[in-house]
Amino acid sequence: MVEFLSFRDGESAQEPAVTVESFTGQTNATAVRVEPGEDARELLPYLDRLSLVEVNFPAYGDGRGYSAARILRESGYQGELRAVGDVLVDQINAMRRCGFDSFHPNKALDDAAVDRALNRYADVYQKAIDGRQPVWAKRHPEKIDG
Amino acid sequence: MYRYDSYDQSIVDARVDEFRDQVQRRLTGALTEDQFKPLRLMNGLYLQLHAYMLRVAIPYGTLSGKQMRKLGEIAAKYDKGYGHFTTRQNLQYNWIKLADAPDILAELATVEMHAIQTSGNCIRNISSDQYAGVSADEVADPRPWAELLRQWSSFHPEFTYLPRKFKIAVIASDDDRAAMRLHDIGLKLVSKDGVIGAEVYAGGGMGRTPMVAPQIRDFVPEEEIVSYLEACLRVYNRYGRRDNKYKARIKILVHEIGVEDYKRQVEEEFAHMKQLGLNPPVEELDRIRAFFANPAYETGLSEAIDRADPAFALWVDRQVAAHKQPGYAIVNISLKPLTGIPGDASAEQIELVASLAEQYSLDELRVTHAQNLVLPHVKKADLYAIWQKLENAGLAEANLDLITDIIACPGLDYCALANARSIPLAQKIAQRFADAERQAELGELKLKISGCINACGHHHAGHIGILGVDRKGVENFQLSLGGSGAEDTSLGQITGPGFSEDGVVDAIEKVTDLYLAQRESGERFLDTYRRLGMKPFKEAIYG
Repeated sequence: MVEFLSFRDGESAQEPAVTVESFTGQTNATAVRVEPGEDARELLPYLDRLSLVEVNFPAYGDGRGYSAARILRESGYQGELRAVGDVLVDQINAMRRCGFDSFHPNKALDDAAVDRALNRYADVYQKAIDGRQPVWAKRHPEKIDG
Repeated sequence: MYRYDSYDQSIVDARVDEFRDQVQRRLTGALTEDQFKPLRLMNGLYLQLHAYMLRVAIPYGTLSGKQMRKLGEIAAKYDKGYGHFTTRQNLQYNWIKLADAPDILAELATVEMHAIQTSGNCIRNISSDQYAGVSADEVADPRPWAELLRQWSSFHPEFTYLPRKFKIAVIASDDDRAAMRLHDIGLKLVSKDGVIGAEVYAGGGMGRTPMVAPQIRDFVPEEEIVSYLEACLRVYNRYGRRDNKYKARIKILVHEIGVEDYKRQVEEEFAHMKQLGLNPPVEELDRIRAFFANPAYETGLSEAIDRADPAFALWVDRQVAAHKQPGYAIVNISLKPLTGIPGDASAEQIELVASLAEQYSLDELRVTHAQNLVLPHVKKADLYAIWQKLENAGLAEANLDLITDIIACPGLDYCALANARSIPLAQKIAQRFADAERQAELGELKLKISGCINACGHHHAGHIGILGVDRKGVENFQLSLGGSGAEDTSLGQITGPGFSEDGVVDAIEKVTDLYLAQRESGERFLDTYRRLGMKPFKEAIYG
């Protein structure tokens, strides 16, 4: 069982994350926690100094954090993006696709189950953040740059 | 028809494997029912009053003879011998054992079918016009778009935990046969300067707060439809209400912030998202389109139909629609026999229709949102032979769009949410109006019954709608008039206090009698109601 999961090279950020409100009101914090109702775009002016964004999932069924993650990655955020809270093995794959690269779930995860979940689907239909080629790109390789 | 390639097949096969693993964990007790519930719900498996119900996706209501046959085999092998066609063009089995569900999915996968996202707060099966590809008035076949969107929405990583379920319809005719504006998003294909694109409508729906979707864009070109819909969904995912499941559909968001504000937010998001390379190349839609090219129609066929048999002639006049190709016709098969369950078909009937599709309809058939079936490509010369076979199987009812062509949800006989029984009421109404001449005299009259406020029976869109409610432990039925799910979309108005089961049948008779007495030439029930308004109907019922 694993309590913390990271797909990043090197050490994970250790600094405690502060709220979005206190983060945008001060200059030295480098870690922030985004709650479901908060607008991830408020962080965009500060992406350079951020090393960790935690996105909280108080309940797995609240999917706002997936949009928050994608918005940050689409805007060029390169730091650690961590899903915390009610994060279950059945959501890890979609979260990875939306740009999360570390996980701190409330309940420890079974590593073998995580492996199975991440490797089960060899193909995906959408372009997302994880760099995987969608099926439509594989079907039309001549149309896809690079 | 669309055929899977190895990518599509591998994704569906992986889903079977995943679900088998999840069911196994449930059966061994590794997962509790609470933990298992969200997983099974992502795959159309509901725990109902008496058993598990499995909902199988029939994308945009199109299927082959082989696929239909498989649905019949599953009904015989794993259910009590029936399948139930739904208002989302899907099929439900009402008597499924949990341990069998993975095997059923594996069988479905062998014929390129699945149950992915037939429930849960995600993008559901894309619905469409049952006459797609065969009606003369469409600007393009809407099904290639629907297939493109089926793929885009399958396991979408960002939109799998939306505030609530999300339903999309695609049509391409001025005649709306899919209740497009009663969907979370409706697309109507249009041609602009010779280019095909979509008008987009957002925020329609039924349920306890019915709304007709306003238009939010007059044209999205095909090469941008995916990124545009991503923008629509992202705004909804971020700002749709999550505090109250009854206010969580997109219609409430659009209503509360206003359509102009929703549009503005979508446009801002779209300006950003269309830069991200999310759209498949136009070659992908072309690839899909090739599967929906016209089948090999014969030419030089006779237009003649031998109407010597009066029962056959009656059926032709009611159930057969014009096909774009000379010598061909569209056959509607009623799943509304007067004593049956609306939308139900036995395993044997499903097998028969599969054979008819193979033999007479270029191996294709359709499911309609009104819970009927369609053979889309039938030679006029074959109509009599088909009718005879349908007649022998109890499938030759001639009541398309008449008062006994009732849409009804499963109701309290099956459904854990229902407050009242829909099926016995549908049967009572059908009995009362069974006389064929009387039905024909009443003409087009769409009657729809929901057994609870969730409105699965589309009662808001019925010319006559009935909603079953629970009043102090007793079933009570509210009557509404004037709804429409067609191109003249409107929502029904409640007549007044509700009725008992027999009382509501009497009330329907009073309003139809008034219609017959007051109608002007060429008016349908709905037209007369719109001209006269509620008052005289109310007086007829309660006066």
